[in-house]
Amino acid sequence: MKDINLLHIIISLLGIMGIVSLNAVLVVWLERKTAGRMQFRHGPMEVGFHGILQTLADGIKLVSKQLVAPNHADTALFILAPVVSLVPIFVAMMPIPFSSTMLAHETDTGLLLVIALGLLNTLGILLAGWGSDNKYGLLGGTRAVGQILAYKIPLLLTVLTIVIMAGSFSLREIALAQHGIWYAFIQPIAFLVYIVCIVLETNRSPFDMAEAESELVAGFHTEYSGMAFSMFFLAEYSYMFVASALATVMFLGGWQGPFLPAPIWFVLKVYFFLFLMIWFRWTFPRVRIDQMLMLGWKVLLPISLINFLITAVVLAL
Amino acid sequence: MITNYVHEIVKGTGSLLAGMKVTIKAMFSRTHTVQWPRQYLVLPERFRGHIELVPAKTTGFPKCFACGNCARTCPSKCITVKGKKPEGAKKKSPTVFLLDFTKCSLCGLCVESCPVKAITFSKDYSLAGALKDDFSNMDLLSKLASPFSSHVKKEESDG
Repeated sequence: MKDINLLHIIISLLGIMGIVSLNAVLVVWLERKTAGRMQFRHGPMEVGFHGILQTLADGIKLVSKQLVAPNHADTALFILAPVVSLVPIFVAMMPIPFSSTMLAHETDTGLLLVIALGLLNTLGILLAGWGSDNKYGLLGGTRAVGQILAYKIPLLLTVLTIVIMAGSFSLREIALAQHGIWYAFIQPIAFLVYIVCIVLETNRSPFDMAEAESELVAGFHTEYSGMAFSMFFLAEYSYMFVASALATVMFLGGWQGPFLPAPIWFVLKVYFFLFLMIWFRWTFPRVRIDQMLMLGWKVLLPISLINFLITAVVLAL
Repeated sequence: MITNYVHEIVKGTGSLLAGMKVTIKAMFSRTHTVQWPRQYLVLPERFRGHIELVPAKTTGFPKCFACGNCARTCPSKCITVKGKKPEGAKKKSPTVFLLDFTKCSLCGLCVESCPVKAITFSKDYSLAGALKDDFSNMDLLSKLASPFSSHVKKEESDG
């Protein structure tokens, strides 16, 4: 057990907070811009160069707004839910290696830690749905739980496939194991399954069951306004970052790449996945909940299981 | 059975990729919107905005000589024209030309009936207003110079 330096933790947490906010500002802008361009519009253009500061302006507006709790809401849960959703991010970011040395806290089970903390997002969504005393919110919250069952098992199976190939749960070791060739090329099926799973995990369209604007108003955050709403927003984009970072580490060799410094390679690869998710969102219509469950249980699960077994057998030989 | 299953997955993935190709192409093509109000669209020749008066090329005053044809033809009775002769002129000039745009159906009968083509459809589409009055009494003369402009004002202040 390495001793934990308090100063080191504080500095890394500050850095993580910076990354989380900067990432949210950038990805929201990228998302709105991409959405606009894909629909032959300009997207935000007014605040800053090509609207780059639009998110900041929106954030200031949201902070200045009042958080109104519904009359019969469970106020404690109502206020706790966005916190439960956002806070795990700060821990989940810690084991993510931006380069071989640039990581907040190295653990041997970093991958498990990140995936376990990713589950807390769903808890936050369920609490929000339950606490806000709103039928749409509750439906959204329960849908999120149904969704988690559908994707988490295939997700863990693909992660296990990578783990047995790299022989470690440490994110750093997994990235280093891909020094020669990226796992995306050795394990294309696991790669594809994982991409579908991260869209499911981050509750993004076409799998945004918990929000489903056309069916559930806004799902779990129907009743939220002001800062609490923006915390959910921040959490969503941060989970996207974490999920993309995991994908980068597991399939694209993490920070490794020629010419550019390691952290830049890492961020570029992460943003490749983020763009992919944005691209999905503005291309595919939302699936129905039964279609989503069907995809999880009847397609992703068997494929990832077979892929895992084949990998295990090949490695054993 | 199993080939069907695989075939369906492959086909589905293919159709997803086809969709993604469409959106990425759209992303790098020209935008169809403009940054109003800093930019305006070029409207087609036959666009029908609210009507406006056409100025004479030589003077810049309205071509209109207040015959009242347009007001009589208008099925919605939304045009009010009054005119009189300026001193030393042969024809009348309009002193009042009001359009009640809340009633106008943009049928174009006034444009067609005008004997000197003094009315045309404008291409102005930025017409937001906070009051009904902004549209029920559109003063079309105010956009043009008028032989009465000084005269009319004097009359108003007298009255």
